[in-house]
Amino acid sequence: MKLGWRMVRKLRIVNARNGTFFNARFFSDSTTQLPLASMTVDPSSNTTKTNNNNNKNSTSSSLKHLELAKFAAIADSWFVIHFYYLFSVISNFSSSSFQLRHVWSLCISSCMVRWDSEGPFKPLHVMNPTRLAFIRSTLCRHFGKDPNCAKPFEGLNIVDVGCGGGILSEPLARMGATVTGVDAVDKNIKIACLHAGSDPETSTIEYCCTTAEKLVEEQRRFDAVIALEVIEHVADPAEFCKSLAALTVEGGANVISTINRSMRAYATAIVAAEYILRWLPKGTHEWSSFLTPEELVLILQRSSIDVKEMAGFVYNPLTGRWSLSDDIGVNFIAFGTKNTH
Amino acid sequence: MNRIVTKRFSVNVYELSITRKNFCSNAASRVSSSSSGQSSNEHEVKQNFTDDGHQYDVAIVGGGVVGMALACSLAHLPLTKHLKVAIIDSNPALVKRNCINKEDPPDPRVSTVTPATISFFKDIGAWQYIQQHRHAYFGKMQVWDYTGLGYTRYNARDVNKEVLGCVVENKVLHSSLLSCIENTDFRKTIYPSKLTSMALLPSSSSMGVDSTLSTTALFTKGRLAKLELSDGKSLYAKLVVGADGGKSRVRELAGFKTTGWNYSQNAVICTVEHTEENRCAWQRFLPAGPIALLPIGDRFSNIVWTMNPNVSSDCKTMNEEEFVKTVNHALDYGYGSHPKSSSSGGRDMFSWLRGDVTISADECFEVPPKVIKLASDRMVFPLSLKHANDYVSKHVVLIGDAAHTVHPLAGQGVNLGFEDSHALSRVIAEGVAVGSDIGEVSLLRKYEAERKPANIAMMALLEVFQRAYSVDFGPLNILRAAAFNGAHYISPLKKSIISYASGEQKMPLPLPFFS
Ligand SMILES: Cc1cc2nc3c(=O)[nH]c(=O)nc-3n(C[C@H](O)[C@H](O)[C@H](O)COP(=O)(O)OP(=O)(O)OC[C@H]3O[C@@H](n4cnc5c(N)ncnc54)[C@H](O)[C@@H]3O)c2cc1C
Ligand SMILES: C[S@@+](CC[C@H](N)C(=O)[O-])C[C@H]1O[C@@H](n2cnc3c(N)ncnc32)[C@H](O)[C@@H]1O
Repeated sequence: MKLGWRMVRKLRIVNARNGTFFNARFFSDSTTQLPLASMTVDPSSNTTKTNNNNNKNSTSSSLKHLELAKFAAIADSWFVIHFYYLFSVISNFSSSSFQLRHVWSLCISSCMVRWDSEGPFKPLHVMNPTRLAFIRSTLCRHFGKDPNCAKPFEGLNIVDVGCGGGILSEPLARMGATVTGVDAVDKNIKIACLHAGSDPETSTIEYCCTTAEKLVEEQRRFDAVIALEVIEHVADPAEFCKSLAALTVEGGANVISTINRSMRAYATAIVAAEYILRWLPKGTHEWSSFLTPEELVLILQRSSIDVKEMAGFVYNPLTGRWSLSDDIGVNFIAFGTKNTH
Repeated sequence: MNRIVTKRFSVNVYELSITRKNFCSNAASRVSSSSSGQSSNEHEVKQNFTDDGHQYDVAIVGGGVVGMALACSLAHLPLTKHLKVAIIDSNPALVKRNCINKEDPPDPRVSTVTPATISFFKDIGAWQYIQQHRHAYFGKMQVWDYTGLGYTRYNARDVNKEVLGCVVENKVLHSSLLSCIENTDFRKTIYPSKLTSMALLPSSSSMGVDSTLSTTALFTKGRLAKLELSDGKSLYAKLVVGADGGKSRVRELAGFKTTGWNYSQNAVICTVEHTEENRCAWQRFLPAGPIALLPIGDRFSNIVWTMNPNVSSDCKTMNEEEFVKTVNHALDYGYGSHPKSSSSGGRDMFSWLRGDVTISADECFEVPPKVIKLASDRMVFPLSLKHANDYVSKHVVLIGDAAHTVHPLAGQGVNLGFEDSHALSRVIAEGVAVGSDIGEVSLLRKYEAERKPANIAMMALLEVFQRAYSVDFGPLNILRAAAFNGAHYISPLKKSIISYASGEQKMPLPLPFFS
C-alpha cells in the first residue's frame, strides 16, 4: 500500500482528493466491488454471468450485465456502441454550443447502422487517428519497430478487448498486426465481422464473442493487449486489469483508455448530457465507475503492469482537431508494459 | 520501487480535422452512373478478391504532369511506397517514351514552375532529370502595361533568392517524372486507356445487422470503387484520383458540381527566337489581355498571348513575318508608350511607405529583346475558369486542373496542381501511418481543407487581375498604374508578392490587388 501511494504521488494529481481517492471507487456501494486492500476475488460476489455460462466462476468477473444490456440493446445503432466516445466528444465540445447541436443531430440520425466515417460516427472516426497515433508511437518504441514503415506492427499479436464494431481493430490490422478482436456483445462481433470481411487487409482479423477472462482460461497470450473505453463498463476493473495482464506476454505492452472521474468530466458528460440537455437517459453513466489516472495506474501496478506513458485527448473547436496533450482531465490513454516478475 | 510515470506529450501529426459542413452531410457518398448499372453480383466481387491483379490501392486517372507528380511522390514517401497504384491514361507518351532531342527547338507548351515546385521536385527526386534537359531559370521579371503609366520589376535578390522561377517544357516535366518513377521499385501499372465509367456504391445505406449476403456484397462494393475503361477492362481501387485535366471525367462521374465561366479570350502560344539569350520573364498588359515572353533556354523564348478569339485566328493564320512584327509591336510601343524610367516621382510618392529599399526599385524600365523568328507552330487555346465545389467524396479525390482551371495569366496553373499532389500524398501517408482506409472521406477532407482555400485565394487574385485589365477607363488606368508603382517601390509589399508567387507564402499581405 505504501509503495503504491508513493508512486501515485508522483503523478499529477488531477483531482486533489488526497487520502480519499480510493473511496469513490473501491469502497462504493456497488455490490460487485471489493475493497482494494484485499484485492482477492470472491467469485460469489459477482452478480453477473457470461453469455454461455459454462464457467460461472472466473470467466464472469468483469462482465457487468446492466452495461452489456445497454450495449446490446442499442447495438443496432452503431452509435451507442460508441456512445462513450460521443461522450468524450460532448465533454470536449462543451465550449461550443454550435458543435453541441451537431452532436445532438448526430444522436438523432443514428438509428441507422452506419460504419462509415461520413456517417453519424464521424466524430469517432475523427478521433480514431489520434489514439492510433499514440498506440503507434508507443508500440513502435517499445517493440523497436520502424515508425517510418507502412506496416510497423508486422509480427505482433494484438488483442483488442471490447472491440465493438472494430473501429480500432481494422487500423491495427492495416498496420500489419495479427489482430484478435473480442467483445462480450454478439451483435457487435457480427457487425465487426461483416465490415472487416469486405477488405482483404482486414479480413484476417479474428473476431470472437468472448471476454478477457475466457481468453485467459484458454491460455491465450498476446504481445500487446489493448482495451480502449472498456474499463469504465466492467464490473470489477481491478480484476479486469488482472485478466489483461494475464493475456500479455512477459515484456509485452498494454494500452488502456477511459474517461477521468474528474469534476470536469462529471460536469460535461453527466450533468450536461444526461440531466440538463437530456441527450442520454439518466444513469447512462455512473460517475462513480470512472477511474482517475492515479487509480488506473495503481490497479495496473497491482496486476504487474507499469504505466510508462500517459496522454490526454483534447478537442480544439477552433481548428477542429483532436490532439494528444498533457491534459488528462477528461479523456486519457495509458501505455504500460508487463514487468517480468 | 519508485517508478516514475512519464507523461509524454508527443503530439498530433495525425489528427484529422472536423469539417463542420460534413457533420450532417449525407450527400458525399453517392451512386454514380455506371454503364453496367449497379447490378453488383457477389460473384463478380468475389472474383475480384481472388483476382488480385485488378485491385489497387490508388487509381490515378490521368497521367498528365499532376497525376505523375502524385505517383512520384507516393513512390518516394516511406509510408506510401508500398501502395499498389494504377495509372490510367491513353496518352502514348506514358508507354512509348518520346526521346527528347536537345537540338530541337523547344515545344510551345511550357510551364513556369515556382521555387516551391522546384523544391517539391527535388524532394521526390525528379529535379535531377529536369536538369538533364532544357530549362531556364529566371531571376528577374518585368510587368508593365500599355498605358505607359507604371511598371514593376522584380528581382530574386529582393528576397535573397537566386531565382524567381524556372521555365520548363511540359514534355520535359512529364518525362522527368516518368523516369523518376521508373527508377524506383514502385508497384505501378499503366493502363493505356480512357476511363468511361465508375461505380461507387455507398456502404452507408441503412440495413439491419443480420442481413443477408447481398449486404456483404454491398459492403464489399462500398469499400472499393469500380472503374471501367474504354478498352473493356475494369479495375477496382480504394481511392480514385481524378487528375484528368479541365474536362475531368472523374469529376463528372462522381457528380461534383463546378463553378466557372469561359473568358471570351483565347491564348496563342508559340516558341520564338532572339539574337541573344533572354534571361528575364516579361509580361505586358494590353487592352485585350496580357502578353508574356518567357525565357526557355538558348536563344528561345515562349509566348503566351491572351486576346480576343477573332484576333487569335488572325494571329494563327497571318504569315510568319507579319506575326513576328505584331509580337514585337505588342512588346514595345504597341497600344501606348513606355512607362517613364525616371523613377524619382514614384519613389518620392511611396518613400513614406518603404522600408529598406529593394534592389529592383532602382532598376529602370527595359524593353524586352526583339523577336527575330518564329520557332514552332502557333497553338490557340480558349481560356476558362472552373472550380470544383468539392474536391473529395468517398473513394474519390480531384487534383490539378480537374479541381481548378485558372487563367494562365500568372503561370500558376500547374503549380497549384503540384501543390495538390504534394498535399494529397502527405495526407495519404498520414492515413497509412494510423491504419486508416485511404478511401475514407474523413481522411480525404484533410487534403481538401488544406488545398481548397489556397486554390480559391489564387483564383480570386487572378480574377481581380484579369478584370482590372479588361477595362480601359481613365481613373482605373491610373489606379492600376499606382498599383504598379506601389509594387515597384514599396519593398515589404514587393517581397510578399514575390514569396506568394513563389508558392512560399499563403497569402500576399496586403491583399491581392497589386501584383
Ligand atoms: C495556354 C495555356 C498556357 C498555360 N501556361 C501555363 C504556365 O505557364 N504555367 C503553369 O503553371 N500552367 C500553365 N497552364 C496550365 C497547365 O497547363 C495546367 O494547369 C496543367 O497542365 C494541368 O495538369 P493536369 O495534369 O492537371 O492536367 P492535364 O495536363 O490536362 O492532364 C490530364 C491528363 O488526363 C488524361 N485524361 C483525360 N481524360 C481522361 C480519361 N477519361 N481517362 C483517362 N485519362 C484521361 C489526358 O490524356 C491527360 O494526360 C497553361 C494552360 C494553358 C491552356
Ligand atoms: C465504448 S465501447 C468501445 C469500443 C472499442 N474498444 C473502441 O474504442 O472503439 C465498449 C465495448 O466494450 C464491450 N464490453 C464491455 N464490457 C466487456 C467485457 N467485460 N468484456 C468484453 N467486452 C466488453 C461492450 O460490448 C462495448 O462494445
